[in-house]
Amino acid sequence: MPFYRAHVLVCCGNTCEMRGGRALLQLLTEQVQQSGLADEIRVVETGCLGVSDHGPAMVVYPEGIIYAGVQRSDIAEIVSEHLLKGRVVQRLVYTGPQAPPVEPEARVSYFGKQRKIVLKNCGVINPRSIQEYIAVGGYEALGKALTQMTPMQTVEEIKDSGLRGRGGAAFPTGLKWEFVADAPGTERVVVCNADEGEPGNFKDRLILEGDPHKVLEAMVISGYAVGARRGYVYIRGEYRQSVDNFENAIAEARQMGLLGENIFDSGFAFDIFVYKGAGAYVCGEETALIESLEGHRGEPRLKPPFPVTHGLWGMPTLVNNVETLANVPSIIQEGADWYRSIGTEQSKGTKIFSPCGDVLTPGVIEVPYGITVREVLYDIAGGPRGAADIKGVMVGGPSGIVIGQESFDRAFAFEDLSPGAGALIVFDETRCIVDIVANVAQFFAHESCGQCVPCREGGRRLLDILNGWTKGVGVASELDLVDSLGVGLRMASRCGLGQFAPVALLSSMELFREEFQSHVLDRHCPTGVCDMTSAVTDEQEQLSWLR
Amino acid sequence: MAVEKTCCASAEEEKAVRTALEAFEPVRTNLIPMLHAVQETLGQIPGWAMEEVAETLNVPVAEVWGTASFYTMFDLQSRAKHIIRLCESPPCHITGAAGILDAIQEELGIGPGEVTPDGVFGLELVSCFGVCGVAPAMIVDHEVHGNLRPEMVPQLLQKYREQ
Amino acid sequence: MAKVTLTINGRPVQAEQGQTVLEAATAAGIYIPTLCAHPDLKPEGVCRICVVEVKGQRVLPTSCTLPVAEGMIVDTNTPNVRDARKIVVELLLANHPSDCLTCSRNQTCELQKLSQEVGIRQLPFEGARRRHESDVSSPSIIRNPEKCVLCQRCVRVCHQIQSVGCIFTSNRGWDTEIGPAFGQDLANTACVYCGQCVAHCPTGALETVNPSSAVWDDLRNPDKYVIVQTAPAVRAAIGEEFGLPPGTRVTGKMVAALRRMGFDKVFDTDFSADLTIVEEAHELVKRVSEGGKLPMITSCSPGWVNFIETFYPDLLGHLSSCKSPQQMFGAVAKTYYAQKLGIDPARMVVVSVMPCVAKKFECERPEMRSSGYKDVDYVLTTREAAGMMHEAGINLAELPDAEFDQPLGITTGAGVIFGATGGVMEAALRTAYEVITGKEVPSLDITAVRGMDGVKEATIDINGLPVKAAVAHGLANAREIMDRVRSGEADYTFIEVMACPGGCLGGGGQPYPTTPEIRKKRAEAIYAIDRDMVLRKSHENPAIQELYAEFLGEPLGHKSHELLHTHYTPKDAYEQDEDLEPASV
Repeated sequence: MPFYRAHVLVCCGNTCEMRGGRALLQLLTEQVQQSGLADEIRVVETGCLGVSDHGPAMVVYPEGIIYAGVQRSDIAEIVSEHLLKGRVVQRLVYTGPQAPPVEPEARVSYFGKQRKIVLKNCGVINPRSIQEYIAVGGYEALGKALTQMTPMQTVEEIKDSGLRGRGGAAFPTGLKWEFVADAPGTERVVVCNADEGEPGNFKDRLILEGDPHKVLEAMVISGYAVGARRGYVYIRGEYRQSVDNFENAIAEARQMGLLGENIFDSGFAFDIFVYKGAGAYVCGEETALIESLEGHRGEPRLKPPFPVTHGLWGMPTLVNNVETLANVPSIIQEGADWYRSIGTEQSKGTKIFSPCGDVLTPGVIEVPYGITVREVLYDIAGGPRGAADIKGVMVGGPSGIVIGQESFDRAFAFEDLSPGAGALIVFDETRCIVDIVANVAQFFAHESCGQCVPCREGGRRLLDILNGWTKGVGVASELDLVDSLGVGLRMASRCGLGQFAPVALLSSMELFREEFQSHVLDRHCPTGVCDMTSAVTDEQEQLSWLR
Repeated sequence: MAVEKTCCASAEEEKAVRTALEAFEPVRTNLIPMLHAVQETLGQIPGWAMEEVAETLNVPVAEVWGTASFYTMFDLQSRAKHIIRLCESPPCHITGAAGILDAIQEELGIGPGEVTPDGVFGLELVSCFGVCGVAPAMIVDHEVHGNLRPEMVPQLLQKYREQ
Repeated sequence: MAKVTLTINGRPVQAEQGQTVLEAATAAGIYIPTLCAHPDLKPEGVCRICVVEVKGQRVLPTSCTLPVAEGMIVDTNTPNVRDARKIVVELLLANHPSDCLTCSRNQTCELQKLSQEVGIRQLPFEGARRRHESDVSSPSIIRNPEKCVLCQRCVRVCHQIQSVGCIFTSNRGWDTEIGPAFGQDLANTACVYCGQCVAHCPTGALETVNPSSAVWDDLRNPDKYVIVQTAPAVRAAIGEEFGLPPGTRVTGKMVAALRRMGFDKVFDTDFSADLTIVEEAHELVKRVSEGGKLPMITSCSPGWVNFIETFYPDLLGHLSSCKSPQQMFGAVAKTYYAQKLGIDPARMVVVSVMPCVAKKFECERPEMRSSGYKDVDYVLTTREAAGMMHEAGINLAELPDAEFDQPLGITTGAGVIFGATGGVMEAALRTAYEVITGKEVPSLDITAVRGMDGVKEATIDINGLPVKAAVAHGLANAREIMDRVRSGEADYTFIEVMACPGGCLGGGGQPYPTTPEIRKKRAEAIYAIDRDMVLRKSHENPAIQELYAEFLGEPLGHKSHELLHTHYTPKDAYEQDEDLEPASV
């Protein structure tokens, strides 16, 4: 590799790209060439820098200065001032939500509380270059596993690390690997669940866009550990760039012999195939994903049997979430003891969160377990984005519980507040909780696969009743009815989608009881969000009975 | 056994679909990739193309239809040139998706699930597509638009109208 | 099988490894209500009625899908379980037209029964209901999607048991529906009209096209001469409609009931089954001796005929050209019998009572008019005929036995076993043996082709000529054989296929419910009737002999070809007939 005195990484992640990131990349490349800097300064594309709210963004190394909100007209200034003369263009520097004085390197509190293991390379390397991934230590973990460790030792290392699934269910990852490795059968298969569909989550997209090789490497390691020869990545169809970057990564890896026969001369053979989803939230459920992968409607299967023994085409199948896998290379490389030193007693490592909604800096952050809700919301995500304070948070997404201010000092950890997949959907005091849970009900009604009665029929009844409440046409008996319907869904639905559909509703009805009662009993929306003009008065109602 | 093909398939379209399907090994796991390929080829998945897929895979037509209709990305009906997919999931809802919907409705005069009379725009409400950091957001064709404000809508749609 | 012990409702229960909790509970006499479960079908656990509480589980699993485990502690009757069941039924009813009083499934509806069992007294959920038009496009089956509870029993039977797959689940969530591709009519699909979907539907969402009011009209019309024929399998099942246990033989009572309904003559399809055997046995002998297309395959099951026309059109040459007994009966009745009686066949109305739903389609085929008239005018299923008896206040169970009319009521045991899988094969071999050898068949019971195995095989030695026979019932089993015929792997001489599981006795028009156990009992009744007959070989039927002597001449002769044989039309399994605009997405 030739020596460059500086690298400029231009974010072409999904959100920056849509704001013209790619056009900036092109313009910058041209101007660097025109200025005769092409031999000294390397301009590359990268995945999301984690400042997606303020894109398009780019970062200049070695200083690590992030420029955000860059316009085409700014490019000339960046080239002439920073790249030629070494003078930082202060007005474009991204300083984080709380705007402290600029401090290159240590940077802002936005980054200060973060600890990047999974996202270490995102925004640092060109995701479409395997050389860059290798240059930062990529594929060393795979080499170590394949040449210095037995499959069983690999499984043990993951077990010892305490890593648990990051897709929401938090199942111990090493144990899952062990189940698959021990399952009877001649052929095994690994599947990467990249069907990120839980609203509020966009971390997996970021990983796939920004560092696909890390996930690829982890899949090969997992395949080696459990004895699989094939891996499938099920990426949601909407993530076009993730698909693109991952397919590119596969092609690069095949070319370098990191996929295919006899990897690292170890005799181990493995290959990976990308499978594009087609728009169904329920396919994030692992058995629905397997059904979809086999070419069927994404209807969850009955458990037992579990995929670890009977999964894809009846074979023992290891299904892991993107973020879960992205932890694996570091664990193999640095060791389980190192990994266990991060996080809390029962929750090891880091977690990626995606605060969004009413926060100043929505985006993707990576922090060690044990951090409090308040730290994430106020210190990292910058607190409320408007004048009103934060009223509550849907933790993990619509399938998670709703918490209020009184829980903000709780810690994100499996032994305290389980973070689900990591979405933090924040809403401030101006928002109406009834309106929000009606929207949640809408989501689940839309995404129900339609197989079982409680979810298909009950989901719709719940939606109808809650919509009625937001229009001021609720009746008192519905408060109990909704409660029993919610419990029915929770207890009797066939899969997690239906079982978790009423969670936000039930938890917020406890938390904001008065607000619900006000809608139903007084036909009044305290925040004024709901349009109650169609509300019927008791008198009108009586008249309609008489008529 | 040659029965007249349905009205909508031109000889070129049929040939294009056949060529697209030939790229796949005819096994069930390729059903969804095949449907993606048909949609890439024709912009939608008409009934006759589902019959082609069914025959190629030796799967009942009803099953191909049943599978295709399960997934929201498959366009089995709309004839709109540009499809607007507005996210209605909680992060976008909280940050004002309803206002964006109003603005689109006002601009185009159509509601969710409808197509403008000139066939230029179709409007759909969809679930989260993972750009919550820039909510509220929508996808037009394959382009993502985020941090939307109602007043941005007319100009944004104008761009597509001109295409 | 290893045994496990679990606890259900505080009682220790022994079960076999691999059984479900539902099976274990049922065996132990503990009742758990079900809806989407059916003993013919793989459990899906979609209705959630049979949920139980299992110690250590945070949600309620369905007992129909939950395998038993050692030490498992199950409770079928807790507040959680009762609440969940109730809410499931309430939710189903909220989306159901409550027109029970006028529904064809009134009192046989499983949803109605559940509503009573879980004690629904009011409907707490109001609001939207899925609305659908009924599909009356086919001559056999009516779909009423509004009454569909999406239990998927029809889909499972259509795909798993019949391998037809003309209906499937489409869309999702609230918009989920079951039906043909693109929301089309059933008549435009590959449906073979076997009616197994109707037989497995718990509600009135699928019903048969019922011609009983037209039959009543003709019965009261003095200008019409209305005769009825009854298929072999009907007598082994119709008693169930009058509270008699499955397997009760009610031939005489059935004849008496039909006579009281006002039919001018009550005849027996067993007669024309004997005729079919004589023709078919001669056709087999001819094919074997003259190097015709083998294996020859039976053609008396109209669902099967539809199936081979649609899915194996390239193999239609293997199908026997013989019409089914029902159609042979109609053709003979409106020619030979009308002449004999001296009445104008235009005045004659032939009504069939059949266990079959596809017979309704069959009698509408344009080929089935060789008498110059529609050979068979109306087909009533066993259920519909019983319904008419109920309308007339006739309690079949209490009637004295009566005899069929002559001559089209004279039959042999070979005719009656047509009603069970393997019966046509057995009957044909009894006759073929004697046609080939000229000697008496050594044993009348060819037990290798009896029983409920999906595919049965036997080699029968006829004077040194090995006849390799295969028998399939249920179209998925037929498909298995046909794939081997197509690939040239199978070297059978003669194949019998019945579309429905168990043969006609498990037909789509038989009384509700039909289960493996009930099919077994009906089969026992049919074989018992055969055993007790004096004549057990079709060619020994004196009425058949007289028919040939007086009218037909000889088997496979000119007149036979004209009246008793037919031809087939290839169909396309993948092309729907109409323009393919999706009706709903």
